[in-house]
Amino acid sequence: MAVTDTNATERVEPEPAAAQDPSVSPVVDHGPVALHSPVPKVTRHAPAPSIDGQVNRAPRGVKLAKISKTGDRVFRALASTSGLTIILLVLFVGIFLLALALPSLRADQDNFLTSRNWTVAGNELRFGIAGLLWTTVLSSILAMAMAVPVAVGVALCLTQYLHMRAAAPISFVVDMLAAVPSIIFGLWGLIVLGPFLAPAGEWLINAIGWIPLFSKSVDPKGSVFVASVVLAIMILPIVMAISRDVFAQTPRDHIEAALALGATRWEVIRTAVLPYGRSGVISASMLGLGRALGETIAVMIILTTPAAGSPFSPSIFAGGETFASKIANNAAEFDSPSKTGAYIAAGLVLFLITFVVNAMARVIAERGAAKS
Amino acid sequence: MSATTSDTQLTFRRPSGVRTIKNGLATVYVTLVTVLAVIPLFLVLFTVITKGIRLIFTSTWWLQSQRGITPRREGGGAYHAIVGTVEMALICAAIAVPLGVMGAILLIEYVKGTKVARGVSFMVDILSGIPSIVAALFIYALFITIFGLGRSAIAVSFALVLLMLPVVLRSTEEMLKLVPQELREASYALGVPKWKTIVKVVIPTAFSGIMTGVMLGLARVMGETAPLLILVSYAVGINFSPTSDNMGALPTMINAGRDQPPQMPGYERVWAAALTLIIIVMLLNLLARAIARASKLKEK
Repeated sequence: MAVTDTNATERVEPEPAAAQDPSVSPVVDHGPVALHSPVPKVTRHAPAPSIDGQVNRAPRGVKLAKISKTGDRVFRALASTSGLTIILLVLFVGIFLLALALPSLRADQDNFLTSRNWTVAGNELRFGIAGLLWTTVLSSILAMAMAVPVAVGVALCLTQYLHMRAAAPISFVVDMLAAVPSIIFGLWGLIVLGPFLAPAGEWLINAIGWIPLFSKSVDPKGSVFVASVVLAIMILPIVMAISRDVFAQTPRDHIEAALALGATRWEVIRTAVLPYGRSGVISASMLGLGRALGETIAVMIILTTPAAGSPFSPSIFAGGETFASKIANNAAEFDSPSKTGAYIAAGLVLFLITFVVNAMARVIAERGAAKS
Repeated sequence: MSATTSDTQLTFRRPSGVRTIKNGLATVYVTLVTVLAVIPLFLVLFTVITKGIRLIFTSTWWLQSQRGITPRREGGGAYHAIVGTVEMALICAAIAVPLGVMGAILLIEYVKGTKVARGVSFMVDILSGIPSIVAALFIYALFITIFGLGRSAIAVSFALVLLMLPVVLRSTEEMLKLVPQELREASYALGVPKWKTIVKVVIPTAFSGIMTGVMLGLARVMGETAPLLILVSYAVGINFSPTSDNMGALPTMINAGRDQPPQMPGYERVWAAALTLIIIVMLLNLLARAIARASKLKEK
């Protein structure tokens, strides 16, 4: 090959005979010939030892520019560092909360899991999370129970009933609901929704008040019930959005097969759409549950804090405190390490619960994706 | 031929009564819940707008603070709170955006499909599920209990990083996935190193996704209240310093005034602050949508 190169010493490889005259031995690989007619005019420098491999792989006669690997190394290191930072952040959240909670947990005179006391001032610590756990889980489960049927209904309506053009604005409105800051939901829940729901609460108490869960309690205005309705509105967009996306991916074949067998629209949904979207809906509900468990300010504003030492009421019409609202309510009192440690212990439990719920959501979603 | 046709003639029957009723009930149900789901946004917006709109259109609202204003007095504005909210969000973004974008690049460009990617991705999921109060407690534990620093606006920004990071990362990641492989290969074929390919080809192509993530992330952190309650005290005056221990912010301005009775002038300011916050957050959300819609990369 006629590389116009005067410096012969820099030619690393000898030219094969075939390349110079293909007619001599037509069996030899024609690749290089085909590649280099017209012959590229390239100057050739001695290859740097570090990129030897690349030079050998390159077609003969073509010269590769010297490529510095420094930029790549630095960039890769930067990317890896951010990945590492993310992993460390999550681990640190657990580690630091645990480290600061342990001394207080050790000093705790009560059983941390079963006590309803919260005496953290002074030398003797007596605190437990039973009350917080009850209110947190009750309000979140209730919120999920209200939000999921509505969210699934809306998602079905948007994907199976409405035309794209009609569905888009409704989708938009529900999505925008997710943009409303939680403190505004709290304020609205306290001032507008609370009084509005009061008659419904009264009615429920009169009708089924004999069930402890619905028994009459001192303060129906700032109750778990109102907080749950607000939480349900807050988690509705996330559950709806994920369900909608899953339902929209239902294979067309499944739907048409059901239709061909004479199924009504509802039967199509029951036999094709819902089974396909089941894992997605469950996963979305878990994500919503995680959000509800950790919601702070809306719940804090709405829920009436019961007086210290008041008897436990399992009713949804009682006030109460969740993990998050307890911590936020008392943020001004973080003055001694033992006191702060008690609140951090509550935060740690909340972290662990949301961790488990979110991890479950992910596992369910992945299993569902693997199956379909 | 005609015989076979008549033998296998299909008879179409309407669905039986029970099935028709079930189908009708399902239609009624989805219609009702859809109407139900649309209502809350309008109710919330209606309340906030009617109660807060008057103050929003006064110039003092945007130019003055609440220094020296008691709940019984008219006047003052939300300038101090807007400054605080914007400043804390921007400091947060300055940390969270590079971290999120680089994290997404790691996931898509470097370790795609490996165990590392699964591990990091899992952690991002966990991070996106962390309640804001837990993020705030973590920063409190780290900065204030362990390092012995005081409460400050910058501590709030650090707590907000934990909340903004997953939003930016996921949005960037989704967009990087959509960048055609051919673009990268074309760049490699020209001898461009990988990092330059990412900086000059991949990121510009995915830029709209990154911006969408940044807008959504900003919208999220601006509405957060829990970190503000724990990590900084509410200041009624104007304060630009992120390291001082008190700073105003719209959420804490609402929180500080929420117990006022309706006849007080302070009550109206609470709703005006709520309206201001909603306007900022919604604008960011709409902007994010507009950017996403205008982007050239569309899912196939």
